[in-house]
Amino acid sequence: MPALAFALDLATSLDLLAYSPPGWGANLLRGLANSLKIAFGAFGLGLLIGIAGAYGKLYGGPVLRDLLAVYTTVVRAVPELVLILILYFAVTDAVNQLLVALGQPRIQLSGLVAGIAVLGVVQGAYATEVLRGAIQAVPPGQIEAARAYGMPPVMLARRVTLPAMLPFAIPGLANLWLIATKDTALLAIVGFGELTQETRQAAGTTKAYFTFYLAAGALYLMVTLISGTLFRRLEGWARRGQPSLRGTAS
Amino acid sequence: MTEIAEHPARRPGAATDEAIRVETLHKSFGALEVLKGVSLTAHKGDVVAIIGGSGSGKSTCLRCINFLETPTSGRIVIAGEEVALRPDGTPASRRQIERLRSRLGMVFQAFNLWTHRTLLENVIEVPVHVLGVPRAEAVDRARGLLARVGLSEKADTYPAFLSGGQQQRAAIARALAIEPSAMLFDEPTSALDPELVGEVLGVIRDLASEGRTMILVTHEMKFAREVADHVIYLHNGLIEEEGPPEALFGAPRSDRLRQFLKSVG
Ligand SMILES: Nc1ncnc2c1ncn2[C@@H]1O[C@H](COP(=O)(O)OP(=O)(O)OP(=O)(O)O)[C@@H](O)[C@H]1O
Ligand SMILES: [Mg+2]
Repeated sequence: MPALAFALDLATSLDLLAYSPPGWGANLLRGLANSLKIAFGAFGLGLLIGIAGAYGKLYGGPVLRDLLAVYTTVVRAVPELVLILILYFAVTDAVNQLLVALGQPRIQLSGLVAGIAVLGVVQGAYATEVLRGAIQAVPPGQIEAARAYGMPPVMLARRVTLPAMLPFAIPGLANLWLIATKDTALLAIVGFGELTQETRQAAGTTKAYFTFYLAAGALYLMVTLISGTLFRRLEGWARRGQPSLRGTAS
Repeated sequence: MTEIAEHPARRPGAATDEAIRVETLHKSFGALEVLKGVSLTAHKGDVVAIIGGSGSGKSTCLRCINFLETPTSGRIVIAGEEVALRPDGTPASRRQIERLRSRLGMVFQAFNLWTHRTLLENVIEVPVHVLGVPRAEAVDRARGLLARVGLSEKADTYPAFLSGGQQQRAAIARALAIEPSAMLFDEPTSALDPELVGEVLGVIRDLASEGRTMILVTHEMKFAREVADHVIYLHNGLIEEEGPPEALFGAPRSDRLRQFLKSVG
């Protein structure tokens, strides 16, 4: 009777995944929401660091360029898990020592803030390289034309360089976003209640490991699929001025 | 903008009808001295053509006028306003450079339109964002300019979907949109297929005949002879010979120029 057993199994699984207790659905969705918050925050922070880092590497003085080289090399060399542990504990510690020195009470860094900060720093290192490459791919004549017409540097970046480099950056940035969503799982190690942590808890309590990890996998997959669609649209928009490689058909 | 003409840093004695004046311009790239003391003046309404062999420094000279290259030494006066330089030759004020640039319409050999913007967006970009012209007004003017260069139909097309000749005509419209006090052309037809050269030269001829001030670097000798008021032959970073086109092309004095003219046909 494997069919019957499977049906029973499915029924209990669905019960376990129900939104309200005794189902664990709400916990998983809360975990997912936390994961997405961190991913958004880290990706956004990474973009800001990346833009600054790319400009620093391209136009900065020798000292700045060296510092940025150290940053991108170290961050990309050390496993993210180790970085998270270092940054999470070291940063919390440093903040608290500072607070104590100032005569303020100690704080517990919120998992959300710490997660965004730590993953943002990691994302920033990769984004620096993605954006540096993309900016270098912009035909220099377009930047020169903007200078020749008197655009000040910030306007030039905002109106010409950044939009013009977008088509070259988006594939790399889409990868970084997906990595950000999955790297949030690493924060389970410091006990932050993101999707993987919530899943572990549910699975450990109910012993229904297969059900919960499968459900979590499905949620991550869903995020990836939706992101893929959004990034395809964004890329289409960013490439609006460029003929398709397939010719004029599309 | 009248502020250019009213600027206090006016050279004493400079004739007010001088649009561009370059004095003893030197420019080196490392050890390579590309310009060895070039002086030229473009009066308002003048078309000054610069001719010369490849590598003689024509582009460098043009680019120094709006500080796309920083001169090693020399002085540059635009519409009576001298560009303030530090002792090391770099411009003292970025804002002054930007303000002067925003009144010099530059047209490049490779067009250099912004590919993520339509032709109309290319043409209104500088008026709206650099010069602060209200958008509706800029759009009206841009449509007029695109019509003038024969591109009304293409206003909403992106540059990459157009021929080189169309792109260059749009680039000229972009230069006109800033109401330039002078236009700088760097070999505007050199990147074009032969059959597209005529349409671009036609537009430039029109502009010359309506009294625009321009400095034109070109390899089109027949065209230079036809539109220029003054021709400069540059050789190895120095002005070898200059004068009215009839004299330069009709009766060249130096051997080098004679040879050059023979070699370009
Ligand atoms: N950014 C630069 N760095 C180093 N050398 C340069 C640079 N720009 C130009 N040169 C050199 O300066 C010399 C003059 O160049 P320029 O582009 O002014 O010549 P040109 O007269 O415009 O030639 P062409 O007719 O081929 O355009 C050349 O030898 C060139 O290699
Ligand atoms: Mg040149």
